[in-house]
Order: sequence, then structure tokens, then C-alpha cells
Amino acid sequence: MSDNQDKLTWTHKHLLGLKDLSRQEIEFILDTAKGFEEISTRSIKKAPALRGKVVVNLFFEDSTRTRNSFTLAANRLSADVVEFTKKSSSVSKGETLIDTARNLEAMGIDIVVIRHNAGGAAKLLSRHIKACIINAGDGYNEHPTQALLDVYTIRQARGSLDGLKIGIVGDIAHSRVARSNIWAMTKLGAEVTLIGPPTLMPPKVDELPVRVSYNLDAVIEELDVINMLRIQFERLGGNPFPSVREYSHFFGLTVERVARAKPDLMVMHPGPINRGLEIESEVADGPNSVILQQVANGLAVRMAVLFLVNQGAAEQGKER
Amino acid sequence: MRAITGFERLLQMRVLMDAEAIRQSLDELAERIVASIPDGGDIGLVGIRSRGELVAERLAAGLKQRLNCDFPCGTLDITLYRDDLNVPRGKQQPVVRGTEIDFDINDKVIILVDDVLYTGRSARAAMDALMDLGRPKAIRLAVLVDRGGHEMPIAADFAGRRADIGPHERISVRLTEADGIDQVIVE
Repeated sequence: MSDNQDKLTWTHKHLLGLKDLSRQEIEFILDTAKGFEEISTRSIKKAPALRGKVVVNLFFEDSTRTRNSFTLAANRLSADVVEFTKKSSSVSKGETLIDTARNLEAMGIDIVVIRHNAGGAAKLLSRHIKACIINAGDGYNEHPTQALLDVYTIRQARGSLDGLKIGIVGDIAHSRVARSNIWAMTKLGAEVTLIGPPTLMPPKVDELPVRVSYNLDAVIEELDVINMLRIQFERLGGNPFPSVREYSHFFGLTVERVARAKPDLMVMHPGPINRGLEIESEVADGPNSVILQQVANGLAVRMAVLFLVNQGAAEQGKER
Repeated sequence: MRAITGFERLLQMRVLMDAEAIRQSLDELAERIVASIPDGGDIGLVGIRSRGELVAERLAAGLKQRLNCDFPCGTLDITLYRDDLNVPRGKQQPVVRGTEIDFDINDKVIILVDDVLYTGRSARAAMDALMDLGRPKAIRLAVLVDRGGHEMPIAADFAGRRADIGPHERISVRLTEADGIDQVIVE
């Protein structure tokens, strides 16, 4: 499949973000994920790679897609999964993140998949407990498995990201998806343009390896891939744009805008979609959309990540 | 002990099979598979990544020559079924490349193909992997070299060459498709 896989020994027992991974390491994960696709096509959709391992889904924020995807991925590798949600736990009684994790660890867990509203939560956890940590979203910082499945989907369709022009549109400021996307896509050779109103651009945007445009219509024609982000109303403070209708008018992906783009424009969205706001239904369900393919690929990518962090732990010789 | 230099390794290397010996062995293997499976009905070949895959393809060609029909041939990745996944392996770390078997293995006689039979652990893993893909009528094991030293109650049904290779020696099968030469080497 790829020579890249022969050259590298995977030694990371955590996946905290993509910023600190090399191109070769990201490609290694993607190549490995390809090997996991087949499992989901069998009648017995299971392999014993993580048999006897315990994965904890430690989610301090709501999630359906990511959590279910991780649960299913862990199940397909024969791991046992413990589901932890904030509402039904001692966190609501005042327990700290590290205490919660230490208590879980005392029960003998191997891998923690964590989502938390504070940036750096995954990294903090990795310093305090021995288990493998996978970041499933930390504040506005990173959401590495989402970006991995995004670039996996692009590579699947185009073979490579080298030289592709990719637009990320919307609420960049509050988007960990955007941040992980920027690292993954630029490391793999794509040119990334962030598109949205100035009020939704992150601070220090000029330090990121990207172009910035405040005008979707000015750049739509040159894009190969467009990733539409949801407006995260739950995170917005103040009034970043005058009205939803105005935002939609300037930055929504409409049938008319897609018609002006390259015919093979790939339309992506990390979900959940706000139909009619950032993307029209006809576009979300149209021939350019790969939104459901992204979800399907997410499973293979997460299986690969679970498998690899366990392998990384084995390489580090930590008997767990 | 001081490290062995490349030159010394070359001196310790010996050729167990050359291209002609490999060709003859594969011919004999195909002949015996045909003899053991009357009418060749419902055979499927499955090679274990990565050299077993190439041996399987050559065997499939050999069977085709004899029985004048095509046999389905696939590739099995046993990484997820290995019994040493939690052991540090360094540069020998197993890599997932995926299984590619695009035919139905149910009720077929599966000829499981590998280049070398040693401990039998790969064959064990391969059988478990196959069982997750369906219920074959039978599984037969064919290898180019059976080097002895088995650690599992597993034996080859068809072996091109049987040789007693000590546990401190390494055997490597090189095939033209991947290595540019047909050769089995002991070092």
C-alpha cells in the first residue's frame, strides 16, 4: 500500500492534536485507517485487536456523532467501553477532571477518549494518568480525529492533498475542527483559506499558515474542497453578525454558489448541519456532498487511532 | 558481543532455494493441491501478507494451468489477530494494510498460503481471521518452506521444501515481484 508504513514505527500512546505530528505520522494514521475499512463490510464486523482492553468515553460536552463513532470503533476492535457523561456523574457533585480520571484509572482502564470544554484538557490528563489519551475535542483547541477523517475523505477522492485549494467557511474562532483541519491539511500540502466575517476569525489568525478571506464569492471559483462549519451559537458571545439571514446571505453554501464553483468541488461538513443556515439542503444532499462519507470514514479512522495508541503504549513498554 | 558487520552477515548467508528450486517447488505444490482436491471444485486461495500473497498468486496461476479455470485469490492481513500486539516490536512493529478478499469464502476449500511456516502463530491468527469472514468448508495450509520449530499444533498440508533451520537463524523469502529476485535465504 504505502512505503511510508514501512519506514515508521508508531510510538505515540496519545493523540492529543495534529499540530505536533509530522506529515509522515499523519499519513501513517491514514494508511492504517485504510486497512480498517474492510472490517465494516464483513458479516462479522469485529476483530480481536483490543480484546481485554477497556476504553472510557469521558465526555464533558454533548456529542452524538463522535461518541457513537468511538464506541462503535472500540466495539469493532473487541474492547469494552465505559460510557461517562457529565450529567450522570460525580462531576455534577464537584469532582475535578483529574480526580474523575484517576478514579476511572483505579478501575483498570487502558484508553481514555476525552471531550472537554477547556482547551488543553486532554494534554493535562495525559500528564496525570498512565492510560492512553485520545482527544475528542478540547475547547477551541483541537479535534484531531475529525480532521483526520476529513483529510482521509479528501485523499480517498483525490489521491492526495498536494496543491489542493481548500476553503474552511464560518465560525473559525470557536472551531477546534477548523484548527485541527488547518494543521492536517497544510501539513499534507494543501493551501487553506479561512472564509468568514472578521468577527468570527480567531485571534492571531495571521500566525496560522493560511490565507484569510472575508468574501466567499470572491474565492468560491478557485476552491477544490469547501468545509462548511456550523455556527456554534452555544459558544457565541455578543453579536458577531447582524442576523442569521445576513450571515446566510454572505456565507451560506447555496445551489447558486456551487454552480459557480469547480464542477467537482467537494462539499464537506463536520456536522451537525443547520440546514438552510450555513448550507442549503439541496447542497448538503447533492452530488458534490461527501458529508455522509465523512461519517463512514470516521469509523475506520477512529479504529486506526484506537489501535495505534495501544500499539504506541506497547512500544513504550508500559505493562498496563 | 560485538555487532555483526554487513560483510560478516554476507559470509553467514546461504541460499536455501534459488529461482529454479522455487519454480519446481511451486509446480509440485500446485500438482499436489490438484491431486488432493478432485475436480478442483470450489477452491479459493488466500495469501497471508505480504510474501504469502505473492506465493498465492503464483499458485493460482499454476492451478489455472493444470485445470484450465480461474481460481479466486485474495490477501489476508492478520495484524489484528496477532498474539503479540501488546509486546514492543520496534522496527518489526506489525502494520495494518487490510484484508482484500473479494470472493465469498463460505463452503469453499480455502488454501491458506504463506511463504514460511515457523512457529505456526501466523497460521493460527490467519485461521481466526478467516473464520470472521465466513465458514469455509475446509482450510488447508500451503507453504513454500516449512522450517520446523512449530509452537502450535499446526502442520502444513502442502510444503514446497522442509528444512530444519535453527532458532537463531533467519529465513527470508525474496520474490521477483517485490524484491527483484527469486531466492530463499538463510542467515
